[in-house]
Amino acid sequence: MLTILFDGIAYGMLLFILAVGLAVTMGLMNFINLAHGAFAMAGGYITVLLMQRLDVPFLVCLPLAFIGAALLGAVLERTLYRPLYHKPHLDQVLFSIGLTFMAVAATDYFMGSTQQIIQLPSFLRGRTELGSGNWILGMGHYRLFIIAVCAALTVALQLVLARTRFGSRLRASVDDQRVAAGLGINVNVVFLTTFAFGSGLAGLGGALGAEVLGLDPIFPLKFMIYFLIVVAVGGTSSITGPLLAALLLGIADVSGKYYIPKLGAFIVYCLMILILVWRPQGLFVRRGGRP
Amino acid sequence: MKSESRFQQSPSPAQQSLLSSRRWRPWEPLLWLAAFALPLLLPAHAFIVNEIAIVALFAISLDMVLGYTGIVSLGHAAFFGMGAYTAALFAKHVMPDPIVGLAVGIAAATVLGAIFSLTIQRGSDLTRLMVTLGAALILLELANKLDWLTGGADGLQGVVMGPLLGRFEFDLSGRTAAWYSLTLLLVLFFLARRLVNSPLGATLKAIRDNRLRAMAIGIPVGSRLSVSYTVAAAMAGAAGALQAQTTGFASLDVFEFQRSADVMLILVVGGTGWLYGGVAGAIVFKLMQDFLSAITPQYWTFWLGLFLVVLVLVGRERLIRPWTWFANGRKT
Repeated sequence: MLTILFDGIAYGMLLFILAVGLAVTMGLMNFINLAHGAFAMAGGYITVLLMQRLDVPFLVCLPLAFIGAALLGAVLERTLYRPLYHKPHLDQVLFSIGLTFMAVAATDYFMGSTQQIIQLPSFLRGRTELGSGNWILGMGHYRLFIIAVCAALTVALQLVLARTRFGSRLRASVDDQRVAAGLGINVNVVFLTTFAFGSGLAGLGGALGAEVLGLDPIFPLKFMIYFLIVVAVGGTSSITGPLLAALLLGIADVSGKYYIPKLGAFIVYCLMILILVWRPQGLFVRRGGRP
Repeated sequence: MKSESRFQQSPSPAQQSLLSSRRWRPWEPLLWLAAFALPLLLPAHAFIVNEIAIVALFAISLDMVLGYTGIVSLGHAAFFGMGAYTAALFAKHVMPDPIVGLAVGIAAATVLGAIFSLTIQRGSDLTRLMVTLGAALILLELANKLDWLTGGADGLQGVVMGPLLGRFEFDLSGRTAAWYSLTLLLVLFFLARRLVNSPLGATLKAIRDNRLRAMAIGIPVGSRLSVSYTVAAAMAGAAGALQAQTTGFASLDVFEFQRSADVMLILVVGGTGWLYGGVAGAIVFKLMQDFLSAITPQYWTFWLGLFLVVLVLVGRERLIRPWTWFANGRKT
């Protein structure tokens, strides 16, 4: 019971790290980016390649996955995404689906379609159990590690957003792009940085999650719906919304799959539709923000 | 006044422009005749004619939602799959007559569309995208898990269709199938055209163009959205039923995301808000798919993705009119 809760939280934290970049870029640019999973996959494959081919230790791979995915995100933002910011949503959806298809097929071509396995270092394997009986809490060390990393990142993100100059610029641009530009904020640079950072976080999430979620070429399609659920349910106006949505999704998914395996992901989708019919703008919407 | 103006020799220009869009153009009968002649002239390609007709019908149904009402739907395969599975199950368990099966498939998809149309009324594009996508995923999940009924991941096998109208067998050459699908495409195409050119269709376009104003001039936005979504669902169900009946098989891929994405691509290639767009897009897409998957069977989605990206970045209008690249490429 507690173990499931624990696994659900780990899963939810992972989803949050994967999707937070998407939430920020979507709130910022009103851009529907279905290709976000491709950056996560890039991070995962960078880790796999570095570990398998060059024997780089796992902990060194994580920052490298972040940097690699962030660079990829920056390049693509500047070249491909920026012209599409003011196009209709249909164009954005088509474009990002196209990008996802390309990423899936290209990964399949270069890496093969088999699932990649990451060899975790020995101190992250194993499991600690607390308590007994019905209330036993079994914590896999790796999941503990994921929770720690993601919690640290969340706190750092919140601090950056709330306390730093860049954070206030970002919030200003999200709230009203034109006024922010009028105040002398270089909105393009803010967007570029945020997009790169969000992609980097997705890459890091992909690297961290390769063990938990599995890593194969259809990763971006398989998890696209999860990222979108986090964003659509959580709303795009803050990062606490997506965080809570991700935790909810993680716990609901893990416990649903554990208790009622026959229904599988069915519950999650139904829940999402119900929530969106009930609150179309997401569960956690700040009042008074830009509609 | 009204009866008088009907007998006028020359209607006003406004009347003419309204009426012209619903008239038969001279090339249209030729086009349809050519389509119906194709299975006779090229018997080896009857299967692809059948596939194109089905995909075209599916694309036209999405056009009702996307092109005429402005709802970005990523889950249109839900209705296609519903029609396919219903028709296949009906043929397997109740009776093998194709026409009755088709009607049952359409009815099932219509009911499903009416239910899901309640979910698309509010919210932003993102919300609708999620809800439609979620609907298709729910059905995929259901079809996967209810394996005693649907055969699960193996697909629904052993569907044997009876002869069409009690006379024409679905033979191996695929001619009957092609004519069957083309006939249904023709019928539904003209029904759809009647609908989008009717006052109802005009209100749909008004909602697409400006929802707030449509509401302000008294158009019941919610119910109109429901009607359009339900009609589209019925047409998609018809396409799905055709697919299941002519192939004698229904599998999980009728619900997959790829199918919803493909049909959107088809529609955008052919042009939205123009019923022939679905037909044109279906022809281009199917031929391209045939060509590409003959070269690289496994990786043709890469080229499909590249095509999508280029299509959006360059713009559809400019891509299909290459002569404008150099004429005013600099100015714009």
